[in-house]
This record gives sequence, C-alpha cells and structure tokens, in this order.
Amino acid sequence: MARKFLSGNEAFAEGIRLAKPQVISAYPITPQTIVVERLSEMVEDKSLNAEFIHVESEHSALSCAMGASAVGARAFTATSSQGLLYMAECLTYAAGGRFPIVMMNANRSTALPWNIYGDQRDSLSLLDSGWIQAYAENAQESLDLALMSYYIAENSAVSTPFMVNLDGFVLTHTYEVVDVPAQEQADAFLPPFETENKIDFDNPKNLAFSAGPAHNDIFKYKEHIGVLNAAGVINKAERKFADIFGRSYTGLTESYKTEDADYIIITLGSIAGLVKETADKLRRQGKRVGVLRIRYMRPFPNDDIARAVKNAKAVAVLEKDISFGNEGTVCTNVKAALQNNAENIPISNFIGGLGGKNISKKDIENIFLRLETEEAEVKFIGIGTSRERTEVSGNGAECEKSQRGRIFLRT
Amino acid sequence: MKPYLRDKIPSAFDEIPDAPSYEAGYLVTKNSGWRNVKPVIDLGKCRGCLQCYLQCPDGVIFKRDGKVGIDYDFCKGCGICRKACKFGAVEMEAEK
Repeated sequence: MARKFLSGNEAFAEGIRLAKPQVISAYPITPQTIVVERLSEMVEDKSLNAEFIHVESEHSALSCAMGASAVGARAFTATSSQGLLYMAECLTYAAGGRFPIVMMNANRSTALPWNIYGDQRDSLSLLDSGWIQAYAENAQESLDLALMSYYIAENSAVSTPFMVNLDGFVLTHTYEVVDVPAQEQADAFLPPFETENKIDFDNPKNLAFSAGPAHNDIFKYKEHIGVLNAAGVINKAERKFADIFGRSYTGLTESYKTEDADYIIITLGSIAGLVKETADKLRRQGKRVGVLRIRYMRPFPNDDIARAVKNAKAVAVLEKDISFGNEGTVCTNVKAALQNNAENIPISNFIGGLGGKNISKKDIENIFLRLETEEAEVKFIGIGTSRERTEVSGNGAECEKSQRGRIFLRT
Repeated sequence: MKPYLRDKIPSAFDEIPDAPSYEAGYLVTKNSGWRNVKPVIDLGKCRGCLQCYLQCPDGVIFKRDGKVGIDYDFCKGCGICRKACKFGAVEMEAEK
C-alpha cells in the first residue's frame, strides 16, 4: 500500500490498473480525459498489460469494449456527458448482452447551453439502460469502486455492466491523499474474469442474438434480476474488501446521523461531504438533522431509504438533475421507495449545481432550516420554485399544482 | 455446416440462458412465413458454381452430395439467388 496525492480521475485510473483490464477503449472528453490519459501512460510504461484502443467515438468505445468482453476479456471504458449520450444506444446492448464492462463516467451537464462543468443529468437520464450505477463521494471511494465494480459486475449472478460516476471537476479534478493498495492485495480481492458468455472455439454458440416475442420477456426479466442481485453481491464485495484493505463501505446507501434526525437531506455524489459537514454544524446548534447518501442508483436502495428516514418529520432530496416537466429523477425514485414501504413523509426537492454552479454550505443550511416549514415543492436553489414562476400565474399564488411543471428561469 | 433447427426448442424459464448466448439452432424462430415467393432450383440447369450461395444474405443455400439446396426454414424469398444465377436455374414461385 502507498499513500499518494491524487485527483479523482487519477485515483480511478490507479484502481483500474490494479484491476488489470485486458482491453481499454475510450475516447477523450472533458472532464474524463485524465483517467484515460493516465491509463494510456500505464500501458505505455508497461505497468498495465492491456490493449489500449483509440476509437473514433464513444459509440465505438463501448462497442469495442463489448467485443472484448465477448471473447472473455476484462474491459474498461470511460466517458462523460454528450459522450455518454452518444454511447446510449450501446448501453442497452451491453446490459442486455450481459457483458460486465466497467465504465467511469465523469458527471457533466448536458447541452444546450453547452457547458463542460459538473451535474448529474447525463447518467441519471440513462438510469433505465440496465447498468449498475454507483456515485462516488471522494477520490478514495473512486479507487475502491474501480476495484469493487469488477468484482460485482462479473459475479455470475449479476453479469451486468457497471457505471461508476464521479462528479465532474469537483471530484475528477480535485486532489486528496489516497491509499493505493499493493497489487498483491488487489489480486487477492479480485479473481480473474471467468464467463461462459463468450466466443469459445471448443464450445461454439451464438452470441448476442435476437429474441422474438416468444423469449424476449424472459431475457428482460433475467436482466432485471441480474441488477437486483447486485445488491447482495455489493455487500459480499464490501465485506471481502474490508478484510483485505481495511476500509469499510455500507452498501447501497450511507447513513449519517439519521437515527434520531427530524430532518434529513438525501443526496448523492461529492456534495455529500459538505452536507455532512453542514449537518455537524447544525447538530452543534442543537438541531436534529442527518444525511442519507445514495451510493447506488441502480439497484435502487428502496428499503435502505425507507428505513433511514422513517422517523423523520421531513426529507429533502438534493440533486444535480431535473427531469423537465416533473422534478429531479432522484426525488421521483425516493418518493417511490417511500410509497413502496408505506412511509408517508413530506419530501422537498432541491435542484442545485446545474452546469457546475456551486452549492454552498449556506445553501445546504437553508435547506435544512426550510424543511421545518416547507411544503413539498420543486425548488431550484437560488432561483425559485416550479410553481412561483410558471407562466399561468405570474406571481404563482393561484397556480394549480398540476401546472407547476412549466418552469421559466429568470436570470 | 448450414444452420438448422434443433428438435427441442427451449421454452421453460430455466431453460433460457441469462445472456442471449446459446448453442446455434435452439432459440430460433423460423422465418419461412416471411416469404411471398420462393426460389426453386432447377437442378438440370444448375452448374453448382455457388454464386447464389456467395450472395445469399441469409446463408441458407448449401451443397450436399454435389447438389445445391435451399433451407426453406430461413429463406426469406428475396430473390437475390435468382438474380445471381447466370444459368437461369433459379425460378421464384408464388407461396400458396
């Protein structure tokens, strides 16, 4: 083990080096570029024995990774934003084909207006593509997820591709001290990739074929079960990881002082660190607040969320996403989780950080304080609610709830 | 070897693999029903040059015991083989 001063991208590249993929196919895009730059340097200096394939697009990057996986190779790719969206067609191929590829996505806003900074609209818009989706909080977790992702994805009960999301710039480009495990430790943790879902000359079969109405639903059901099975394998991976590396993780979510909290912010990604710090500050003032960090959006932690917030008076979902005409997608998922578990708690949705805009400690403090009085509503931090700026009402006072979706942003 | 349908087509849940990968010829739907017209080879005119085999987009033409044949389970009746045959050995017949 070595302690190094690394950015999120660099930490992820170190994790991938330790996982020893045989094929890396990627196309550069800000803010992902550094992870593939570092990996190409590792291939060049032979500290990583992999084929590094310079493809001409993200569509090709994932197609190439699928080809590699289909001959039984461990494959890696990485992208961001428009690149991920360009790759979208291939995402469902990889998931339906059950190819356990790992991808790092640097969360970045989606055009237009063109913007290279971080928000989570890229990956959250692709929740339904059949991939496991994890969201890292810091560089250490990024490295650890790089290693764990292969363990989880390649488990035969899962066989599902795995997308690890790092917030663009605030995580991909910021530096912290990271424990980089030794190769022997990584090898003890991660077995070589074994699969029957590959081209095999001794046992020839059709691969990645069509399935008509007679069988299609069974394949889709099994794909669904594969993602659900990931939840158990994540726990297994984390136990083994703790044994070998001495760092523990807490499954699909991380609860922070939620046990006795009246007001809880549910969030995901790197902003969680600041939310926890803000919670500490308010705790010192006697306010009972807590934080629930969603680590995995798929499989979705329905039960974990319901359990963590069931005694709260109100909950806020803070996310860097908006599903235009409705609310943030994370919020929709959280509401479904509570409904599934028969919990009825007021939920407010705070949309922030779009296009990389800073979410300040003061903003977060205000969210906690507003939870004491707010009714459920979609609020863009520093701008306004959906309701108060819809065209119908002018001042919003008489606007019907059903019309609140029409959002006009004032600058 | 030309593709062929196996006798037993898996249909039960546990017989279907997790991934869409399986030994050829099992999880297959015949597409003979797609044809309006069907190519028929006149073996008297056929020279066995296999131009039709080379150009068939579905790979359903084969040669066995010196004779050229068509797998009608998978032929979609496109007629490319008729076009490809320089000897006029392929005629398209209406499907009844």
